Amino acid sequence: MSRLHKRFESLKASKRKALIPYVTAGDPNPQVTLPLMHALVGAGADVIELGVPFSDPMADGPVIQLACERALKHHVRLLDVIDMVAEFRKTDTDTPVVLMGYLNPIEAIGYERFAEAALAAGVDGVLTVDLPPEEAVETSKLFRDKGLDTIYLMSPATSTARLKQICEFGSGYLYYVSVKGVTGSAALNVDEVADKINQVRGMTDLPLAVGFGIRDPQSARAIADVADGVIVGSVLVNRIAELADSPELIPEQVGQLIANMRSAMDA
Amino acid sequence: MSIQTDQTAKQIFPDARGHFGPYGGRFVSETLIGALEELEAVYEKLSADPSFQAEFDRDLAHYVGRPSPLYHAERLSEKVGGAQIYLKREDLNHTGAHKVNNTIGQALLAKFMGKPRVIAETGAGQHGVASATVAARLGLECKVYMGAEDVKRQALNVYRMRLLGAEVIPVTSGTKTLKDAMNEAMRDWVTNVDNTFYIIGTAAGPHPYPKLVRDFQCVIGRETKQQSLAQIGRLPDAVIACVGGGSNAIGMFHPFIEDTTVRMIGVEAGGHGLATGQHAAPLSDGRPGVLHGMRTYLMEDDAGQILPTHSVSAGLDYPGVGPEHAWLKDLGRAEYVAIDDSEALDAFRTLTQVEGIMPALESSHAIAYAMKMAKEMPKDKVLVVNLSGRGDKDIHTVADIDGITF
Ligand SMILES: Cc1ncc(COP(=O)(O)O)c(C=O)c1O
Repeated sequence: MSRLHKRFESLKASKRKALIPYVTAGDPNPQVTLPLMHALVGAGADVIELGVPFSDPMADGPVIQLACERALKHHVRLLDVIDMVAEFRKTDTDTPVVLMGYLNPIEAIGYERFAEAALAAGVDGVLTVDLPPEEAVETSKLFRDKGLDTIYLMSPATSTARLKQICEFGSGYLYYVSVKGVTGSAALNVDEVADKINQVRGMTDLPLAVGFGIRDPQSARAIADVADGVIVGSVLVNRIAELADSPELIPEQVGQLIANMRSAMDA
Repeated sequence: MSIQTDQTAKQIFPDARGHFGPYGGRFVSETLIGALEELEAVYEKLSADPSFQAEFDRDLAHYVGRPSPLYHAERLSEKVGGAQIYLKREDLNHTGAHKVNNTIGQALLAKFMGKPRVIAETGAGQHGVASATVAARLGLECKVYMGAEDVKRQALNVYRMRLLGAEVIPVTSGTKTLKDAMNEAMRDWVTNVDNTFYIIGTAAGPHPYPKLVRDFQCVIGRETKQQSLAQIGRLPDAVIACVGGGSNAIGMFHPFIEDTTVRMIGVEAGGHGLATGQHAAPLSDGRPGVLHGMRTYLMEDDAGQILPTHSVSAGLDYPGVGPEHAWLKDLGRAEYVAIDDSEALDAFRTLTQVEGIMPALESSHAIAYAMKMAKEMPKDKVLVVNLSGRGDKDIHTVADIDGITF
């Protein structure tokens, strides 16, 4: 059983929802990432989405674009990110880690080599933003054969036919993008999200996580009431940006944001 | 004139999913898939609709001023002392470049789709101007994304766009050039997809853009074919065009793909020289990867990060290239070469002084290569250069290099 599957099963058994923070690896410097990951887990994170920096993050708003730029100043490469996960696994063998990023860095080192290195390091899943199912027939199979979960996005504009297709392609969990826009954009409409989530429930047994537009304990709670997982990114990355000049404060302060959401979700 | 390209070539590429061999495709976030599917469906329907084609043809004739002449540059040919050089005068189009062929077509699509707002990215500003122009004519709101670097070096076009009623938004992320403008336009489109049509300015991006931009630009090659037969009595020995994203080149090349006696030569921006790494020539010195929704040749580092590019011409300053060119390169059907900044500047001056035609710096790359090539060929051979745009917009750049400030 995959680490992601196990994690969602045990959450279900204890009637809790997954809290899934996103941070960009190497932001604002590579030394921060490992202590930050542990702090996130300590504060109540169930899964970590670790962003792989890319020079052209087309689907991201300014907050995550700048995070990529900060990480790339330190030349953080995909293989370095994989090494960070290997370090993390030395002391945490339970918390699933999903790499989230764009296709080109994976393509540059080769799919096979990537999958093997990621698996060996203890990566659990891959979410490639610019790799929709129709372009992913071979990679998805390769990744899953190797034992990596493949996580796909669904959006408010996704047709019913595509939702079905994505449910078949996905594994680990499905990621519902709650708003039309880039990461960090406008507030979400919980009722609309609930409708879509209910529609998808009829198509799959996979856990459904919701991201984009969740910025505080209240919205985390509201989404936790309708979905299986709550993904938070830009709010955390924003705090990291504010603390870029005193990075030693990042693990604790960003952890605190997660702790606040955790208590709201569990209350 | 018609939008449909000739049948044989159409069967080859792209396939139903927008693939040109291993290139092209639709590598975008799920949030954009719906919009691309809608665009594809509308385009498939309209491109087969005679009334849409008639409107496109009418606009090209009466608004753009087509057909553009095929001009025998006799003095230039004489000076070079080899093959005869002909110029396909896209610089004489309304707004001064080939870009308008495409914006007319896409604006018509926007109109048929009922989208009140259009957005565009631009490098040199020619596509931005051409987009602002058709938006003004159709009464559409228009926003143009332009790298902050390019806003500086193409000040004239920025002002033209503003006069035309468009809002120009300087993009300060990344390298502050065309690729970043394209990222930003995509982000706008994801956010405003319900009321917005994204007019991509080159034969690149996710399917169906490379195909539809090509189809709109193919008027260049089709006219060239007819004009060659009428004026020379045969097809040219080679057609030559500069390649930024590749729209003017594919518009010239595509109708000639089946005519294997005609060499097709794409000229990339060699910048400070291929050896320096400071250029914008992914086909000459890059490798395949995925950017802006397509698989194609890119300038990237070993880790798959996109590299900064350099060219004296903003319109060629792009790290990728349209997927059909990537495929034509691999097939060996088209050849791709590079011309560096100083060679292009020399060609700019030569054409201006010998023929009284001031070419865009982009087009000057194609002129420069044609001159090199013609020199080695007998006088009865014929080269057609696509003169993709006029050089007024570049006067400041050239003056700067001459040490002149206004
Ligand atoms: C006059 C001119 N020629 C060529 C280009 C390059 O674009 P493409 O390769 O799409 O023709 C540009 C782009 O701005 C241009 O303005």
